[in-house]
Amino acid sequence: MSDAKNEWPLWEVFVRTKAGLDHKHCGSLHAADPKMAVQMARDVYTRRQEGSSVWVVRSDQIVASDPGDKDMFFDPAEDKVYRHPTFYKLPDAVDHM
Amino acid sequence: MQTSVQLPTDPALQYLLRIGDTCLILGQRLGEWCGHAPILEEDIALTNMALDLIGQARGVLTLAGQRCAPVLDEDQLAFLRDERDYRNPTLAELPRSDFAFTVLRNAMLSTWLKLLWERLRDSRDAELAGIAGKALKEARYHQQHAADWVVRLGDGTEESRRRSEAALAMLWPYAAELFDDDAVDAAAEAGGMGPARSSLREPWLAEMAEILGEVHLPMPKESGFRSTGSRGVHSEHMGYILAEMQYLQRAYPGGAW
Repeated sequence: MSDAKNEWPLWEVFVRTKAGLDHKHCGSLHAADPKMAVQMARDVYTRRQEGSSVWVVRSDQIVASDPGDKDMFFDPAEDKVYRHPTFYKLPDAVDHM
Repeated sequence: MQTSVQLPTDPALQYLLRIGDTCLILGQRLGEWCGHAPILEEDIALTNMALDLIGQARGVLTLAGQRCAPVLDEDQLAFLRDERDYRNPTLAELPRSDFAFTVLRNAMLSTWLKLLWERLRDSRDAELAGIAGKALKEARYHQQHAADWVVRLGDGTEESRRRSEAALAMLWPYAAELFDDDAVDAAAEAGGMGPARSSLREPWLAEMAEILGEVHLPMPKESGFRSTGSRGVHSEHMGYILAEMQYLQRAYPGGAW
C-alpha cells in the first residue's frame, strides 16, 4: 500500500440512470480534483450505459451515523407499525394509487 | 500463414484509410496502457478511449473495404495489410513512452480528429457522415480528458513539467504531417467527401495554443522535418506494432472469439 498522505482524495459516486429517477450511490474512486472526479466517475461507472448524470462528493464530507449508535438510532422504530400509512381505508376511486 | 491483401490505388480509399488507420493505431497504442496506467481510474479511462477509437476504425475500415474489389472486411483491412498499405500519420504509431507523452499525443490527435469529424458530418458520403456524427461525441471527450492532463502535468511538479516539455519537443515535429496536403486531399475536397487536411491547420493550432497556453508551454517552432506515415512510409516502430496486431490473424486465419 502506498503512503496515505500521497493518495488522491476519495470521492463517492452517485449515478442517475434515467431522467426523473434519483441519483443512486454506486461506489467510490480516487481523483485529484472535482473535474477529474466527474470524468473518472463517467469512465469507471457509466461504461455500460448506466447513467445520464453523475454526482461526486468528497468522501470526507459525508457525515455518517455511528455504527455504535445503531441500537439507539434505529431499533426504537421497530414496534411503531402505526407510522406506516396502512391503517387508512382508501376510497375506491384511488384504490390503485 | 495468411497472405496480405492487395489494395487498389483509389484516392477515396486512401482518404478513408488515413482516418481509419489513425484511429486503429492510436487505439492499439492506448490499449497498451491496460494494466500500466498510473492509477486504476485512468487505466479504465485510457482503455475506454482505446475502445472508442477501435470502434471508429471499424466503421471507417468497413466503408473503405467496400471500395476494394473484391470487397474486404474490417478485419482483413486491420490485420492483413503490409506495412506500406497503412496510412496513419507517423504521430499515431510512435511508442507510448511515458504518461506525459501519451496525454500530449492524445491531446494533439484527438483535437485533430475532433476537427476532422466536425467537417466530415457534411460529407457527401452519407455513411461517413453518420460515422462522424457518432465519433465526434467521443472525440470531444477524448480531447477534454487529454487536455486536462496536459494542463495538470504542465502545471504540476518539477518532474511532470520536465516530462511535459520533453514530450512536446519530441511530438511537435510530427504534427506538420497532419496538415500536409497531396492528391488524396485534393480529390476528397473536390468530390465533397471531406476536407483537405491543410484546412484543419489553423483551427488546430488555435485549440492547441489554448491548451498549451494555459500552462505556458511555448509552442515549438515549425521545423523542416516531415514524417510520411500517411503516405505509407512509416517509422521503424510500425513493423513491431503490426507484428503484435497481426500475429493471430496471420497464424490462425479467420480466427474469431
